[in-house]
Parts: sequence; C-alpha cells; structure tokens
Amino acid sequence: MNLEIPKKFKPVIDAARGAAKTIFRPISRKYDVHEHDYPKELDLLAAALQGMADAGQSLGGASGNRGRKDESNVSVKNGGNMSSVLNIMQMCYGDVGLLLTIPGQGLGNAAIAAVANDEQMKRLGKKWAAMAITEPGAGSDSAAIKATAIKDGDEYVLNATKIFVTAGERADCVVVWASVDPSKGRAAIKSFVVEKGTPGMKVERLETKMGIRASDTAVISFTDCRVPANNLLGSPEVNVQKGFAGVMETFDNTRPFVAAMAVGVAEAALERTKELLKERLSLNYTSPINNLSAIESEICKLESDYEAARLLTIKAAWMADNRIPNSVEASISKAKAGRVGSRITLKCVELCTSMGYSEAELIEKWARDSKILDIFEGTQQIQQLIIARRTLGLSSKELK
Amino acid sequence: MSDTPLAKVFVAFNDILDSKVGKTLGLRKWAEKLTYQGTVQGVNLAKKTSRIFPKSSKKSSGERPADAKVSDFFDLNLTEDQQMVQETIKQFASQYLTKNTEQANIDCTITDEVVKEFRALGLPFYSVPESLGGVLTDKATVTQMVIAEEMAYGDLGMAVALLAPSNALNAITRWGTAAQQEKYTPAFLDENDPLDAVIAVNESGPLFDPFQLKTQAVKKGNGYIINGVKETVPLVNSSELFIVAAEVPGEGPALFLIESSADGLSVASQNAMGLRPAALGTLTLENVSVEEDARLGDSSFDYATFISYARLGWCALAVGCARAILDEVVPYANERIAFGEPISHRQSIAFMIANIRIEKDAMQILTQRAAALAEQGKPFQKEAYLAAVQCQERAMTIGNDGVQIYGGMGFMRDFHAERKYRDLRAVSWCYNAMHL
Repeated sequence: MNLEIPKKFKPVIDAARGAAKTIFRPISRKYDVHEHDYPKELDLLAAALQGMADAGQSLGGASGNRGRKDESNVSVKNGGNMSSVLNIMQMCYGDVGLLLTIPGQGLGNAAIAAVANDEQMKRLGKKWAAMAITEPGAGSDSAAIKATAIKDGDEYVLNATKIFVTAGERADCVVVWASVDPSKGRAAIKSFVVEKGTPGMKVERLETKMGIRASDTAVISFTDCRVPANNLLGSPEVNVQKGFAGVMETFDNTRPFVAAMAVGVAEAALERTKELLKERLSLNYTSPINNLSAIESEICKLESDYEAARLLTIKAAWMADNRIPNSVEASISKAKAGRVGSRITLKCVELCTSMGYSEAELIEKWARDSKILDIFEGTQQIQQLIIARRTLGLSSKELK
Repeated sequence: MSDTPLAKVFVAFNDILDSKVGKTLGLRKWAEKLTYQGTVQGVNLAKKTSRIFPKSSKKSSGERPADAKVSDFFDLNLTEDQQMVQETIKQFASQYLTKNTEQANIDCTITDEVVKEFRALGLPFYSVPESLGGVLTDKATVTQMVIAEEMAYGDLGMAVALLAPSNALNAITRWGTAAQQEKYTPAFLDENDPLDAVIAVNESGPLFDPFQLKTQAVKKGNGYIINGVKETVPLVNSSELFIVAAEVPGEGPALFLIESSADGLSVASQNAMGLRPAALGTLTLENVSVEEDARLGDSSFDYATFISYARLGWCALAVGCARAILDEVVPYANERIAFGEPISHRQSIAFMIANIRIEKDAMQILTQRAAALAEQGKPFQKEAYLAAVQCQERAMTIGNDGVQIYGGMGFMRDFHAERKYRDLRAVSWCYNAMHL
C-alpha cells in the first residue's frame, strides 16, 4: 500500500504548478473583473499543451485523456486518469475559471475522447468541444431533456435550447444531447457534435455569474439545425435494455476531474490563509485540536478535510486507471471535494476577515469560484443519491 | 496462497482455528484474571505477576523490523499476506466478536472461549521480528491497521481488550532496547500463558493532552520514582505489565515498563460509557521505584511518534466500527417500513447513509496514508494527526446517525447501534492501549 504520488508524475505536476503560478495567477483578477473578455494569454498555453499531447505527454485541462496504451508488465497502473486529476488540481490552484476555458480542453472533448470512433477522433479530436446538456427545464434531471434530433436522410435535424454551456461561444464545436425518438424515453438520448457556424445554431447570450467568470457560459439555441449523421457519438441504435446508463457512464470519468478542481481551489485558499495567519499559527501536529487555539484548531480541521478530498479524488482516478468500477467512488470524491471546497474557501474568507473579503486578495474570488464545483457535473445531492442508491441497492424509482 | 513466513503462520493458525485443536491447548483461564471487573468497583490489588522476567545484560539498542519496501506507484491494494490476515481476522470477528458482544458488554469481560480462540490466532507473532522469534519481515504497520480495523468491525470494545497486549508489544518492538526486548518478548509469545500488558497514557481532568503529563518520573540514583494516576486503562486488573507515560522533569515525556507487582502500584475498576469489555480502570502509581532500564528505549525514542502510533490505532478502530454501522443500517433501512414503504426510500434516511459512506471513506483513506508512510519508515506525524482529526470530526457523527436511523429502536440494547455510539465516543481523546 502506498498513497504517495509516484515520481513519474513530478514533471507533469511541476509544469502545471508553474503554469498556474506564472500564467494563471497574474491574470486571475483581470478576467474576474472583465467577464466575457477572451483570455488571449491562454492561446500560447493551448499551443504548448497541444504540442505536448502530440508528443504523447499529458498536461490536459478539464478534458482528461483518451485511454492510453497500458504500461505492460505492471500489475498496478498509475495512468491517464491519475495524471489528469493531479494536473487539474495544480491548474485550479492557479485559477479554475481559466482552466475551464483553455482552448481545446472542453468537457465536450472528454465525451469525444471517451466514445468517438477512430474516424470521428481524427476529424474532431483536435477541435475545442463544449458540452451542452442542461436545458431550462432539465438540470440535474438530464433524462428529462426536450431536445430532439430527428433523422432525415444523412442528417439529424436538431431542435433545442441549451443553457449553461461552458465555452459555448469560444469552442469550435458543441457536443449536444438530444433524443432521436422522444417516444422511447431516456434510452433514445444521444450526443451529437455540432460545429460552430452550422446554420440554425445561435449563441443567444452569455451569462453573468458569481464566479468562474473567466469561463464563459452560453445559452445556445438550435432551430432546425442539420447535423451530419456521422457526427453522432457512439451507437445510433436505441437500446431500451441498456437505456440511459451508457450515456451516464461518461460522468464516472469526469466527476473526479471536478473533484480535483475543488481540491485545487481549496489548496489555494488554505495556503494563502496560512501565510496571512502565520504569526498566529505554530502547528506541530502534537497536542489534540481541543488544546490548540481556536484558529489553529480550525486550520487543522480544514487541512484534514483538504487531504481527505485530495486522496479520495486520487483514489477514484486510480480505480479508473486500473479498470476497477468506480461509479460510487467517483461520486464520493465529488461529494467530499465539493463540500470541502466550499467549506474551506468560505472559512478562509471568515478567518481572514476584511483581507479575506476584499478584492485586494484572491481569497474572496476562490470562495465564489468554489461554489459551482459542488453543483456542476452532478450536484452534492445528486452524488448523495448515486451513493445511496448503490449502497442500498435501490433503483431510481425506489429512491427518488 | 503465498509461502512467505507471514503466510505460513497464518495458515497454521487458521488450521488450529478450524480443527479446534486450539481448544485442547492448556490455556490459562482469562476469566480468573478479570474477576469482579464487571460488578465490583473500588480499589483492588493488581494482579501480582508471579512471572519471572529474565534480566538481560545486553547494552545495544533493540532489533528493529526493516522499513517496508513498496513500489513507487500509488496503490491501495493489500498484499497477499495482508489480505490473508484480513480474511482471518474478519472470520474470527464474525464468528466470535459480533455474536458475543452483548454478553461481553454486560459482563465487562470476555469469555474464555473467545479469548482462547483469539490467542490461537497468534497475533503477538505479528509484532515481533523474525530474529526474536516472530514473523515480522518489515514494520507491517498496514497489517496492524488491517487487524485493528477488522477487529473493531466485530466489536470495538472487545477489540481494544484483545489487542492491548500485542499493541504493547508493538511498542516494545518499535522502541525497546535489546535488553528490554529480551526480557519481555518471550512472555508475550508464550503460547500457554501469554503476557497481558497495556499502554497507559490518559490521565484524569478535562482536556487531557498527552504532551502535558501530570504523572512524574523523577530521577533518583540509578532509577526513577514515579507518581501519578492513569485513567480509563483497559485490562487494568489483569495486566502484568504496564507501559506508562510519565514526564521526566527537564527531559520531557517518556515511557516506563512497570510490572504489576511493583510496590506502590494499585488498580481500581472504573466502568465507563462504553468500551465495557475492555474492563477499564484506574492505575495509581505512588512512589513506584523502577530501575533505569525500565525506561523504554534509548536516546532514539521519540514520544511524538509514539503518540502518532496510538492515534493511528484509534483511527483504525474508528474506521472498522464505522464500516460495521454502515453494513448494519443498510439492511435495516431497507426492511423497516414506515408510511407504506421502506425508510431507505426517503432521502432524509438515504442521504444520512450516503454521508456515512462518504465520511467513513474519508477517515479510512487518511488512516491508510499515514499507516503506509509509517510502514515505509517515512515521517507520518502530521498525516496521523490529520487522520485523527478526521476521525474526531466524523466518527461520532456516524455513531450518532447510526442510532438515529433506527429511531427508538436504536436506543434499545437489542440492536448494536447504541453500543457503537457509546464505544465511538472514546475515539479522539483516548491514547491508551493502541500502538500500531
């Protein structure tokens, strides 16, 4: 048993930490204030990332990595998923909003990487892909989406209103969830890659948000938008037996990524708070927390929660790398990291008082940024539902 | 199956367990040692050990198990040996602990049969390096964690009582001089009459801090005079050897090996909210005189690390108990009908269960990390501390929710929930008995 990070990831971690400190932090406040301005500084970073990816090294953003060749003769694997979460933690220590808008690293890229066939991968793999699932009437309940994609010859005709599309305007294409046959329920929900400029697709507006302002969030409408049939990801067949589960499997891989984001933001807040409080802290991890000063005791609790969230996230990624089913652990990592991310960043504002609350420091920004991480890719409550259903052996009909 | 020394021993003990050969061994009756504990409170004489511990003239520092060698990879898998230990303890716990737990709580003692079967497992061999007659090839802290966790899954209170001797032995292996190891180790490994021993750190008064001891060990001539009172000490009546934490003025905290026959040593049963099978009590030291070689270890002794091993032990117990709560509330919530459907169909109950699982996993992974570091001989004080903080913050919530899910039934002793609630309250402030 070993829970330390293997040495082979040191270059990845160091590079990401470097980027976080030298590229993200200096522009963090700028794009928080100037919401919707395009962070052009990231183009250079994106080019560097693409170069590394082409060279077989991974330093991706939110998208993770397509399954790589297994390292032979090694009984336990520390692979792409672990590399991704470690990288995301470091980048989000820099700025989570900026990570979410690195060109070419959208959540849609994760979907493409996970299910695209070779032809699609070649054609679409290097495009920046956003993800469009949520609708005004369907948030956590993603099976309730009203979007339709009706087959017509070699094309699907898409009609939908999608909200909360991260990088929806900036990306080259959008992965859109829609039903090919609304009479067949959730099993008929498929995902389609819609390229920017396709007639009928229109970015209606950009949201203004509490946090992650560097990352644009779009409302996009699709009106009789014709998408080539070979842009459908996965199988076009409607398999009522397999149902929705196949679609949802994508999330097992991406939940630890969002957990990693929360861990990164929490680390930033905790580190800065400890710096600001250093004259009041003499932590030596000996006497019980009840015998410490209130501030020392609080910091110890936050550190403990931070470490737990970090390790649970790495555990979920480790399971994915080793092909151990990790649906529950992925949700546990996101539930713990989500709640811990909010708790730590908000407590840091409180502990630092005016310094924490003022825009002179980034702590208040991290406390605004962290909230979304307990919401998107499945809210805290959705994670609890998943964990409870799996633990209790209950269906979604039994435990609603 | 593996054929390492560790594996062989466990296969052998499994055979004994299965074949019941163990029952024919002339094992001493544990009950005699625990007389009166359940019902009688007050000052008793300690069990006067009649054992003669051989004096050793060795001057060197003790035999130390090597650091565990693991691959550089992040890996949560247990080794084959560790899995085998886990299976064995799991089987023992379900066969002997879970079933006898209610009686053990009423009697404040553990039956002969359970003690005999436990001893047949030979756990003390896991605390001693091969060179001293045990089976340890490395530090095996992860193995110790697995043992404590699985024992507590059966019953936390019985786990403390049964593990106290091997955990005391862990401390002697970890810190003892060659002379101390030679003097005491064989008695722990005596199959017919294994030594009972316990670590005593806690003292009376609120806000106990193991780094601010009131018990004093004052240097006098070639030895020390020790005065102080230790509280909530498991097996206080039956232990023949106490490992007592005391402040040496001018030097800081130290540990002393004190035999129960020492003049000035007295014990008294004092039952508590929980951990009742551990037969808790008070250990009083009044001008107890010990020789210089009673001080555990040499200049390499590190009290903060000693306490870290205690914290890890209690963390492992908390994790095991939390796992047991989760496994018990699941079928109950699925079977208990209210408002026409199982209560598990309600989010108010289901989310409590989800939270138990989330926070149990959080406690567990921090404990695993610290234990893995300790085993590799790397610094683990901060990690053990943060694991203990997590257990302190979450274990009692899990114990509390465990009762709450049962509703009024949880308050009744027919179910195990209330006992786990009482036992788990010991986690976060207790430093006695455990040392992984």
